[in-house]
Amino acid sequence: MIQMVLVTIVAAATPLMIAALGELVAERAGVLNLGVEGMMVLGAATGFAVAVETGSTLLGAAAGAGAGLALAALFGILTVVLSANQVASGLAMTILGLGLSGLVGASYVGLKREPAPHLNLAGLTDLPGIGRLVFGQDGFVYLAFALVAGVWWFLWRTRAGLILRAIGDDHTATHALGLKVRRVRFRAVLFGGACAGLAGAYLSLAYTPFWAPAMTAGRGWIALALVVFASWRPLRVLAGAMLFGGATVLQLHAQAAGLGLPGQALSALPYLATILALVLLSLGKRQGGSLAPAALGRVFTPHR
Amino acid sequence: MPPLAPRPPAEGPTPLFGAYGIVKRFGDFRANDGIDLEIRAGEIHALLGENGAGKSTLMKILYGLLEPTEGVVTHRGDIVRLSNPEAARALGIGMVFQHFSLCENLTVAENIALVMPRGLNRRTLSARIAEVGATYGLHLDPGRPVWSLSAGERQRIEIIRCLLQDPRLVILDEPTSVLTPGEAEGLFTVLERLRDEGRALLYISHRLDEVRRLCSRATILRGGRVVGACDPREETARSLAAMMVGVQVGEVKPPAEVPAGPERLVLRDLALPAPGLHGTALRDVSLSVRGGEIVGIAGIAGNGQAELFDALSGEALAPEPGMVRLDRVESGRLGITARRRNGAGFVPEERNGHAAAPTLSLSDNAILSRHATAALSRFGVLRRAAAKSLAEAVTSAFDVRKAGPDPAAGTLSGGNLQKYLMGREILAEPGILVVNQPTWGVDALAAAHIRQALLDLAGRGAAVLVISQDLDELFEIAGRIAVLHAGHLSPAVPAAETSRETLGLLMGGAAPAQSATVAGTPEPAREPAHAH
Repeated sequence: MIQMVLVTIVAAATPLMIAALGELVAERAGVLNLGVEGMMVLGAATGFAVAVETGSTLLGAAAGAGAGLALAALFGILTVVLSANQVASGLAMTILGLGLSGLVGASYVGLKREPAPHLNLAGLTDLPGIGRLVFGQDGFVYLAFALVAGVWWFLWRTRAGLILRAIGDDHTATHALGLKVRRVRFRAVLFGGACAGLAGAYLSLAYTPFWAPAMTAGRGWIALALVVFASWRPLRVLAGAMLFGGATVLQLHAQAAGLGLPGQALSALPYLATILALVLLSLGKRQGGSLAPAALGRVFTPHR
Repeated sequence: MPPLAPRPPAEGPTPLFGAYGIVKRFGDFRANDGIDLEIRAGEIHALLGENGAGKSTLMKILYGLLEPTEGVVTHRGDIVRLSNPEAARALGIGMVFQHFSLCENLTVAENIALVMPRGLNRRTLSARIAEVGATYGLHLDPGRPVWSLSAGERQRIEIIRCLLQDPRLVILDEPTSVLTPGEAEGLFTVLERLRDEGRALLYISHRLDEVRRLCSRATILRGGRVVGACDPREETARSLAAMMVGVQVGEVKPPAEVPAGPERLVLRDLALPAPGLHGTALRDVSLSVRGGEIVGIAGIAGNGQAELFDALSGEALAPEPGMVRLDRVESGRLGITARRRNGAGFVPEERNGHAAAPTLSLSDNAILSRHATAALSRFGVLRRAAAKSLAEAVTSAFDVRKAGPDPAAGTLSGGNLQKYLMGREILAEPGILVVNQPTWGVDALAAAHIRQALLDLAGRGAAVLVISQDLDELFEIAGRIAVLHAGHLSPAVPAAETSRETLGLLMGGAAPAQSATVAGTPEPAREPAHAH
């Protein structure tokens, strides 16, 4: 029973983790992408459509990531190349993504697919207690955990990651050193979009293997909150995603168990947790410096 | 005008770096207009010029941040193309930026790693930082985040970052503008040592005394052209300044002894907690300024200047009304407008964003600070014509050069906007005027104009308080000088009875009685942890 609950928590946390890690990289480079929800839902629709047409979950996942990346490219052209306002452009991407996904997915509403296959290792998967949890997940879950490690390693152990963080901290200074501010930011945005699209594809290919309009149901926004909650650190994204996923699952169980609390109150828990985390982060602030990338959301226009 | 053809060096050995016929156009504007410059190994070469003379454009071209429209850069006689800073660094050109190009939330080592070649692991890098630091006496902890460091320490990062690449040419842009006199001495020692190692240094500074002390050759720019070259050791500061601005800089006339009037501005044990993480608390600040005198407050940025100014202007309220008295009115709890109505005027430090709203017109900016002291509105409705004529009066009285009749404040050059802001307050004939950094980043002519205006205002009986980092300025105009360090104000002493050494020690936080030797001290005076 406990294992089953944990398995559902991990499943609920996976799309949040993937989308939040992508957004974390974009924000570390200094770009606030509020279009995550749109990229996610477009990824869900495209991923499902391609998977139905080709019969391949892998191609569907790739198409979902590609759709998120394409929308992110548009966002990148607007904000990084043309220096448009990031908040307005991001909101536009969310609305555009919701609309496009309805169009892409229109003829697939009501269809069902087999969910993405789960790992099945003889002996290991049937281990009592942890077998299903550790050795019986689908590929997305393992990918999400690999992404946590990969993003951490990239940001803190590679030169490119250092440059990305530096650009997110001060684009004027890094530009003066001859670093390619716009190129790095554009790539970070593309990565973020691809992750959002992949997270969406997970929803329509593995989590609930069908397409329904607006099926992301605000998970893109939760992913954005999660980045802040995690204070822009990948390992804390992992912890936060489990917490948020846990709250979602517990809410379902609580409702099923007929707990007196209204479901909405429980649904609000992750957001309350975010607010609480922000308050605590501000209270326990260090002597200086900032947790958020200092150039986050600021538009960079190079001097002639 | 035909472009100057690249020409070979006139005489002597091939220079290490040469720039010939450099033209850089921005639209119709020629920031550089046919500049020739030769830099030899083992020399400290000064580049002098006012704001807008084309110094930073030339520097950026040499560091690969800008490409020249015309002209060539040579390295040991060969024409080279500096298309980006990486190419410049590969040729051995390093740069120490004036506004440090450091990322505050990264550590010292990370900031340095940003420009180091690929594949250098962090342990090797830390070892090399320590090694260079030990060689040149530039000590740094590689693991500290930059935000926790003082301006002097930040400059050390820039210098070490530069030295780790074993540069042949080091470009330094206004390197002493944020340093204490003690820290500047330490820097000069490093620079002389680099010169003796056979490196070339291109030294850009407004401070002519430093240039005369360090540099053996100087190239003087004006309006994007080379207007002279000299050996600064054989010139005086005045003759260098005259070459820079093209006319004799009018010497500021000290006031004919004005009999000190009544106390007009009095601070009594003013104490204020630090306004934020980066702020400085004021501790028992006491001061009195009489009508007819200028009192100067020296100190390095971040020692409470902004906080003191805010407490005087009313942007921050004092805990007790009696802590701030303006013309005998207890003003500690009064707001800015009330203080202005009582005859005080204030010019804060930052021109764009604090003293003026850059996107608003000059007349709108006149309204912002003068609405209480000039008839600029009737029943709450603005009188545009009155505001415009006030702005006109200021611009003509203070020789403000502007494009168009009523342009946005942000379109004026720094010097012109500063003159406008000073004039806006001074035309109100304030009985008390408080200014913070009146000539920061302002060219020599405008600075002289502003200083003269302050002297004249005091001559008419006003009490003038000048907060400035520029000791030359304070010695030029102030009758008495006090030093603000870590939120504590030293007693104001007559300028004639003190010296820059004494003030320098106070600025660094040392009591002047403790030691008389400044230059011989190996460690620069400990600077405060605040750098903003």
